[in-house]
Amino acid sequence: MTPLIYERSRPGRRGLEVPRPPLPVPPVPEGLARAAPPRLPEVAEPEVLRHFTELSTRNFGVDTGFYPLGSCTMKYNPRVNERLVGLPGFRDLHPLADDDAAQGALELEWRLGEILREITGLDAVSLQPAAGSQGELTGLLLMQAYFDERGEGERRRRVVIPDTAHGTNPASVTMAGYELTKVATDERGNLDLGDLRAKVDDTTAGLMLTNPSTLGLFEEAIDEIREIFHGAGALMYYDGANLNAVCGISRPGDMGFDIVHINLHKTFAQPHGGGGPGGGPIAVRAQLEPFLPVPVVVRDGDSYRLEYDRPKSIGKVRGYTGPFGVFVRSYAFMRAWGPDLRRMSEIAVLNANYLLARLRDAYDLPYDRLCMHEFVLSAKTLKREHGVSALDVAKRLMDFGFHPPTIYFPLVVPEALMIEPTETETKETLDAFADAMLAIAREAREEPELVHGAPHGCPVGRLDEVRAARTPVVRYAFPEAAAGASDPKPGATEPRPPTEKDDASARLV
Amino acid sequence: MSYVSLTDEDREQMLATIGVASVEELFRDLPAGVRLDRPLAVPPALAEAELARHLEELASRNTVDELSFLGAGIYDHYVPAVVDAVLQRGEFLTAYTPYQPELSQGVLQAIFEYQTAICELTGMDVSNASGYDGTTVAADACLVAKAETGRTTVVLAETLNPQVRQVVKTYARGFGLQVVEVPHEGGTTDPDRLRAAAADAAAVIFQQPNFFGCLEPAPELAAAALDAGALPVAHVDLMSLGVLEAPGRYGCELAIGEGQSVGNYRSYGGPHYGFLAARERLIRRLPGRIVGETVDAAGRRGYVLTLQTREQHIRRERATSNITTNQTLLALAGLVHLSLLGPQGLRETGETCMALAAYAKERLEERGFGSAFPEKATFKEFAVRVGRNARDAVRAARARGVNPGYPLGRDYEGLDDVLLVAVTEKRTVEDVDRLVEALAA
Repeated sequence: MTPLIYERSRPGRRGLEVPRPPLPVPPVPEGLARAAPPRLPEVAEPEVLRHFTELSTRNFGVDTGFYPLGSCTMKYNPRVNERLVGLPGFRDLHPLADDDAAQGALELEWRLGEILREITGLDAVSLQPAAGSQGELTGLLLMQAYFDERGEGERRRRVVIPDTAHGTNPASVTMAGYELTKVATDERGNLDLGDLRAKVDDTTAGLMLTNPSTLGLFEEAIDEIREIFHGAGALMYYDGANLNAVCGISRPGDMGFDIVHINLHKTFAQPHGGGGPGGGPIAVRAQLEPFLPVPVVVRDGDSYRLEYDRPKSIGKVRGYTGPFGVFVRSYAFMRAWGPDLRRMSEIAVLNANYLLARLRDAYDLPYDRLCMHEFVLSAKTLKREHGVSALDVAKRLMDFGFHPPTIYFPLVVPEALMIEPTETETKETLDAFADAMLAIAREAREEPELVHGAPHGCPVGRLDEVRAARTPVVRYAFPEAAAGASDPKPGATEPRPPTEKDDASARLV
Repeated sequence: MSYVSLTDEDREQMLATIGVASVEELFRDLPAGVRLDRPLAVPPALAEAELARHLEELASRNTVDELSFLGAGIYDHYVPAVVDAVLQRGEFLTAYTPYQPELSQGVLQAIFEYQTAICELTGMDVSNASGYDGTTVAADACLVAKAETGRTTVVLAETLNPQVRQVVKTYARGFGLQVVEVPHEGGTTDPDRLRAAAADAAAVIFQQPNFFGCLEPAPELAAAALDAGALPVAHVDLMSLGVLEAPGRYGCELAIGEGQSVGNYRSYGGPHYGFLAARERLIRRLPGRIVGETVDAAGRRGYVLTLQTREQHIRRERATSNITTNQTLLALAGLVHLSLLGPQGLRETGETCMALAAYAKERLEERGFGSAFPEKATFKEFAVRVGRNARDAVRAARARGVNPGYPLGRDYEGLDDVLLVAVTEKRTVEDVDRLVEALAA
């Protein structure tokens, strides 16, 4: 067990000296000054570094090993990009700098936008959204603005989403104020066209679709889907989470999509950072361009500027022009590959199909087709016959030195194991992973207890998640003596007692 | 291409195992009409040395060598070297969201420590693992307040950062929320006007110190919001919370803000992190990841993502938010910086900023540049009248190598001659003297 940084704290230690110019410090007006200091840790610099280094050794990343987390595209994050993002010309640039002081940054953003336009086959780009899910919300707000201008905004209130969709899609629909229409998946893993036709009409604003889908399968009837939606006057939104399958091979714009978000932290190698940051630029067809968030990067001859005067814009979805450091890394990644980005996707798809071929007999395969950049297996039979679940398989993989795949998603596949190798891996790594998966399937039959008890070699065993949710402990409990700022202040406003609504939400856990 | 390792021999063996003759055949499910029948029209590939040269050339065309007093929400505080060192640990840098806790105890514990630090600084009970930035957490707070109160109006002080207000207005449309703005009076917000505006409001959001750098009568504003039955939300600067009171101690229900000033470079606006903390009873309404402490079967302490039934991957269309990817690495940077500062370093940093800013105010006053809001106390940033259009003043000072600040006329009518000057602990007395000379010239 690694102590918390707060448990390493001793009064009087410090980790950083601060400049103290010989000037008087003006008083803070009464009632606004800090009464009790925050209980931040008091730790010297060497111990701070050691603490976080120790924590890092209790974490698994792409730099550590194979990370086939489906839908997340855990590929190599080139180190040169980290050096480049740290160049003072990028790192120390203020986002409100005048355009003349930011010509290099603006040119980089413009160039990145041009490459994204080409990859998506669309006309205009906004880099502003902070992540894929924010790109989704932005896209839906664009739909709303577009239909409002056409006088159809009141009528077109429904957005169609397949039952295989990422959870972000329905959540974004709600946040944008739309109503959700769910469509089923057919026996080949495609959208069920019959169900779709019955549910699309002149109250439909649009479709949100991931293609290839979260099953790792390309929608074979994409032409018909386009006809259904465009025929009904509705728009099509492309969730770019799976773009790593089709870069330079097939473009969302050519498939008929009108709005696309691109996950820069998936396809274009922004490191995932333990949960973020990401980048979720959107690309749109020309008729949606007037509604894009402001500011927009504009090129005038050899110079670049930020344009704010866009009367039809939906506004801003994030501060400034977006997560610029992410743009530096992704732009560098694109320039390293160049037109060979097509080969990147081809290798990602080849790697996935190779793993699928090696594993298809040991696990259930719900849709027997060639896959794209990822595929979904099921541990249904292992579960039924040996009591070994997808979760058990995932935990046992840790003992073989691999990060588990995504499990229990998509929801249409029971005991799902969603595997995405990316283009990064060697054939030796793919073979070692396949061998491990085969070994686990064998263990499930011969020694299921070994699999149930996994992982056996991690710093902790399986953790009690029910306990964590039932009685949430979400911050360190300081020893009683150390009264601090977040303890209730005598006479301060007491929180209101819980309402019925609180109880209702509490019961869901 | 050096990022991939498959040899021709590997490829042939793999195709044989798959049972297809070529890579093209793997794409046979794609209808002919949607295939791109030409190479991507993007610039040619660059070797690493060429790539470095190209990006260095772009970076060189940004001006970052001016003596800068530009803040307005993003600040030039010192980022300690240990922050950079920790962020380059590949185990943190290249991991994803810790869905598998046994392989992610490092980042989970770090987030737990971050949540604790945010609670301590803001005086709140619970914190999420981070939001996108200081703008989107304000929209998040509105959604929490709407769900909690059942009301559909939010009140924003006009002295709240304009970027934040713009983002709230964009989101409000989808949320079905009306936005009401309360004008400032002499640089701060009047509690009575705020109370009147908040009569049917779900939330009131104000900023402390506000966008003009002035200290709001924050306890009175929070009380006014509570009187009206609205949740008081303070948008605060973490770097100020060693010297300024914690929002939780003056009645706020939520505390939010832009975390950049602690641990992050300016980086042309991102990536940074937004923080969001609240009273305990709001925990199940919060958006985003939350880490909780628990134990394994052997009783060992460990950390997991918790209360996930709030989140999109479980609740889908009934989730509290669509957020998935957040800003963990940048929040980690904030935690490392705060761990180095400790309570004393944080207070000293605040004091140094205040001392230098006060010195700058005095020196400018001596040269005829009076404070725009002379009655109001400030922290590290202040508004000063420059006797002409502030944009012109900026242009003239920049010609002398000094970026003197932000022209408030960019966002506020009637303040065309007002410049917003930010002074961090990285500036010196001599730097301030140069600023004064550059503006007076």
